[in-house]
Amino acid sequence: MNLTGTLFVAALGLCLAAAPAAVLTPRRARPLLAGAATTAAGLAGAAAGVTALSGQGWSARLDGVLPLAGVRLDLDPLGAMFVAVTGAVAVCAAVYGVAYARHGLDGRVAQATPPLFVASMLLVPAAASVSTLLVAWELMALTSLLLVLAEHRRRAAVGEAALWYAVMTHLGFAAILAGLAGFAALAGGETFEQLRAAGLPPGARDAVFLATLAGFASKAGIVPLHVWLARAHPEAPSQVSALMSAAMVNMGVYGILRVGLDLLHGGPAWWWLLVLGAGALSALFGILQAAVASDLKRLLGHSTTENMGLVLIGVGAAGFLASGGDSMLAALALAAALLHVVNHSAFKTLLFLAAGSVLHATGTRDLDALGGLRARMPCTTALFAVGALAASALPPGNGFVSEWLLLQSLIHALPTSGVAGAVTMPLAVGVIALSAGLAIATFVKAFGVGFLARPRTPGAERASESPPAMIGGMALAAASCVILALAPATVLPGLSRLAASLVPGSGHPPGPVPVSGEVTLRLTGYEGTISPLLIAVALAIAVIGLLGAVRLFASRRARRAARLWDCGAGPMSPRMEYTATSFAEPLQRVFDDVLEPESDLDVTPTKESAYLVESVRFRARIPDRIERRLYDPVLAAAGALGRAATGLANGSVHRYLAYGFYALTAVLVALAVIW
Amino acid sequence: MIGLWRKIRKTGRVAEPAPERADGEVVPRAAELGGSVQIRHVDAGSCNGCEVEIASAFGPVYDAERYGARLVASPRHADALLVTGPVTRNMEVALRRSHEAVPEPRLVVALGDCARDCGAFAGAYGVVGAVKDVVPVDVEVPGCPPPPEAIVEALRGLTGR
Amino acid sequence: MTGLIGAVSQVVLVAVGSPLLAGLMRQVRARLEGRAGAGVAQPWRDLRKLARKEPITPHGTGWVFRLAPLVLAGTVLVVAAVVPLVTTLSPMDGVADLFAVTALLALGSVALALGGLDTGTAFGGMGASREVTVMALVEPTILLSVFALSVRVGSTNLGAIVTSAVHDPLEVISPVSLLAAVALAVVTIAETGRIPVDNPSTHLELTMIHEAMILEYSGPDLALIEWASAMRLSVLLGLLASLFAPWGIATAGAGLAAVVLGMAALVIKVAALGVLLAAGEVFMAKLRLFRIPELLAGSFMLALLAVAASFFLA
Ligand code: SF4
Repeated sequence: MNLTGTLFVAALGLCLAAAPAAVLTPRRARPLLAGAATTAAGLAGAAAGVTALSGQGWSARLDGVLPLAGVRLDLDPLGAMFVAVTGAVAVCAAVYGVAYARHGLDGRVAQATPPLFVASMLLVPAAASVSTLLVAWELMALTSLLLVLAEHRRRAAVGEAALWYAVMTHLGFAAILAGLAGFAALAGGETFEQLRAAGLPPGARDAVFLATLAGFASKAGIVPLHVWLARAHPEAPSQVSALMSAAMVNMGVYGILRVGLDLLHGGPAWWWLLVLGAGALSALFGILQAAVASDLKRLLGHSTTENMGLVLIGVGAAGFLASGGDSMLAALALAAALLHVVNHSAFKTLLFLAAGSVLHATGTRDLDALGGLRARMPCTTALFAVGALAASALPPGNGFVSEWLLLQSLIHALPTSGVAGAVTMPLAVGVIALSAGLAIATFVKAFGVGFLARPRTPGAERASESPPAMIGGMALAAASCVILALAPATVLPGLSRLAASLVPGSGHPPGPVPVSGEVTLRLTGYEGTISPLLIAVALAIAVIGLLGAVRLFASRRARRAARLWDCGAGPMSPRMEYTATSFAEPLQRVFDDVLEPESDLDVTPTKESAYLVESVRFRARIPDRIERRLYDPVLAAAGALGRAATGLANGSVHRYLAYGFYALTAVLVALAVIW
Repeated sequence: MIGLWRKIRKTGRVAEPAPERADGEVVPRAAELGGSVQIRHVDAGSCNGCEVEIASAFGPVYDAERYGARLVASPRHADALLVTGPVTRNMEVALRRSHEAVPEPRLVVALGDCARDCGAFAGAYGVVGAVKDVVPVDVEVPGCPPPPEAIVEALRGLTGR
Repeated sequence: MTGLIGAVSQVVLVAVGSPLLAGLMRQVRARLEGRAGAGVAQPWRDLRKLARKEPITPHGTGWVFRLAPLVLAGTVLVVAAVVPLVTTLSPMDGVADLFAVTALLALGSVALALGGLDTGTAFGGMGASREVTVMALVEPTILLSVFALSVRVGSTNLGAIVTSAVHDPLEVISPVSLLAAVALAVVTIAETGRIPVDNPSTHLELTMIHEAMILEYSGPDLALIEWASAMRLSVLLGLLASLFAPWGIATAGAGLAAVVLGMAALVIKVAALGVLLAAGEVFMAKLRLFRIPELLAGSFMLALLAVAASFFLA
């Protein structure tokens, strides 16, 4: 076994050992033990991923573990990248979780499940056969479902969220199962090698791709299969939210890449236009919902949908360009998408952990009830700011680099990609731009309303900084954000090599990498350079220079503290502050037709006169429109069917006997007629 | 649009030529401002007669802005408070707070007879007193209401132009 | 070397000239209104005075409030150093990308919006909310116009786009260029908070966008903000001029004389655009806040048309 294998097996072993150990140890030692083991496992997993990505692959075959098929593992670069990301996210979440668990999450199940969840997410990208993949996938679904349910005694919403999650994830599983089982049957074998070698008829390829796309896209929270995401991710404990939103959703992207590009070797342009379209829709819809959300964790969940959408725009563009024969540009789009996966994982981990820290300190995640945390939780505030900067894709954040690459690939695609490209690419650029703009609005809201200004409720007033372990977990995530932002060259060479090799038709050995450069990133074959480090340094120099200039030339007068300007009428109460809802109101109004917000106004007049008002009640809600149009009718129909069925079963034994009698008669009559 | 353009052409310049400054003196505390005075207007209880005159002082004919004076929206941006009217009970605290909100160096112009000595409202039950009873006053402009020329003259005393 | 000198001269020119541009625009407006006007140098007098005044930190505000003016001005300075105003040779090629420039300007707005929110006053929040709304809607137009302009050059590098226009002056009057120019002009107006999107000289809080965010700033902080706003305007106008009227810009291989010529050309072009903008504002009223999206959607359509034209006419 080589280094990669040793590390990977160590990671799995640590996870699998941590679960029973967490069950057996007493409550007080449990979080520390489980956390330490998961941290170590995450480190080992990340290291295994990195070594595998840099060329040292590893594969294994364990025939005895699963009946019939056995387990097959293979860490090729594609899988390795996702293993590395999962490992890194697990480290941050586990360190954080040690302290977060004191929050009443130190029960046996709550502590034993996260290591298993991590193990399953390490296994999914390493699986090299259909059965292994499906088992790992289902293990991932079950463990995450258990974790979503961890706080079901505290909030009623948890149960509902878990139900949605359970149903959606299993429908997704069924789609993947159908797709891959059919694929294996047609290919005459279920290992990925056999699948790769199989030549399927075009119709079957389409069917396999569409079925697996539906399943994987639902895991990535892609519209219209996103409804569970913004429910389930926020309801889970925060470090689990981070694991789900930063690592688990990636598995959806992994699946699409694995099946679409690797196993099926790319496909016709319409597959990828479909992926691109779904991505564009998700990006817009996700960020719009996030822009008007006032629940901090829900906002982050919607933003996950947006970012996965951006990734799929890249993946779709890559597949589309490859189908047109432009493998260089396809590799660029794919590298951008992969880099965005990594970036998103880094900043979403950070943001969810910081949101958990806020929840921990204030007991609420409602932005309308927060505020004033800057003074009370300085570390959390600063760390959230780093994440928010990254998520709004502004320099010097890491989100900017990947979005820049993505835009470059789309822009250069225009002249070469025919009419379909000429229609798609500008719209995709428009979508990315609009979602970038809305992301800025979203995160200005999240940070500005949630952390700055004055506390809006006593809960926020009493907040205090989180324990060191939680800050440590966040700081690790923030550090990776900073590294990714200033020196994307630390990960880009590996990712662009992976992208170049993954693009169908790239041949062996694959073509040159699409992006290169240490400090200044350069596109290969196209003009385009960006230097994130230079931007950051120039900005820092300008700001420091200005600070110096102000000190030198400006006022010698001392800075004075004064009351807020309240038009002389003060004092201003925190209720006068802009809330998240009011902050988003103009946007909500602009996108009225898309969001279809609901509001109702109850005015109760006094007894004496209809013109004198006793009380006014205003309620506003922004329902998920897709859910309403697509899911509600189905749910209503299912409900109606259920109610109709209760009419059949009224509890009378006579009736049941009668049903039996009729059924038997019907069968007999049918047999008599047919035979 | 064409109509507006014709109107502009026909009207030409309506600002009166700047009169020679009578004494040419500058309020000493305003010297530091160097030809730029931002003004926050506070109505401490005026009858709005003074406001009408302020509006015309800043209108095209008298064009107080040409001397470097400008009305602003926040006392934080201001160098001077332009207070009109006697200070009423409801406005006493507000005036004090507005004054506090202005960054140093800050000046106060008491505009109109009411602001100087309560004028017609002296002794009224709702009146606390003149502006100088509440905040230190640097410049007083007499008149009920003071004519725009006097207002412009006082402002030029601040800007020194 | 010429590149470095050009970049430095750009920063100096923008830093010194922007308040004068603001003064010129106010003067034009004053003359059209029949006033005498305060003179072109008035904004500099205002800045000098503000710099000497006392800075105030309102209760309850913190580092975000303090840092915002610096970041705002810092982003503009960086942008002024890299965009091709005087010369197309930027010593910081890795920053001179239209996306990077747009994002840097957006970063400045975000800093200011956060500064407004940090005060916790109703007006601060209101201004911030409106600012980011406008920004979110402006972003697609900018990026699409960039897209349209970059297609023929095959790069989003500003220097490359401008150089190609210098070498092929006819490109400037192509439909792509004209459509993109109109779209970019509209978003420039929106980004710099001019009429009809925002009224820079309003006193009525309820109609404010930019002003509402800075109601709490005073002294040197305010001076920085005012200065940065003026620089934003001149950088954006300069960029418009460079993209669509790139005459006189010093290109590769040019000597010092060309840099001086470039500076003169820039001053003339930006002053002309400023006069045009100020004169146009006299004829317009500010739009209602909720009509602004329609204006921006219109410019988005133009940008989309520009991209379509760049493909189908190529
Ligand atoms: S001075 Fe005269 S015009 Fe001015 S407020 Fe007093 S009464 Fe009115």
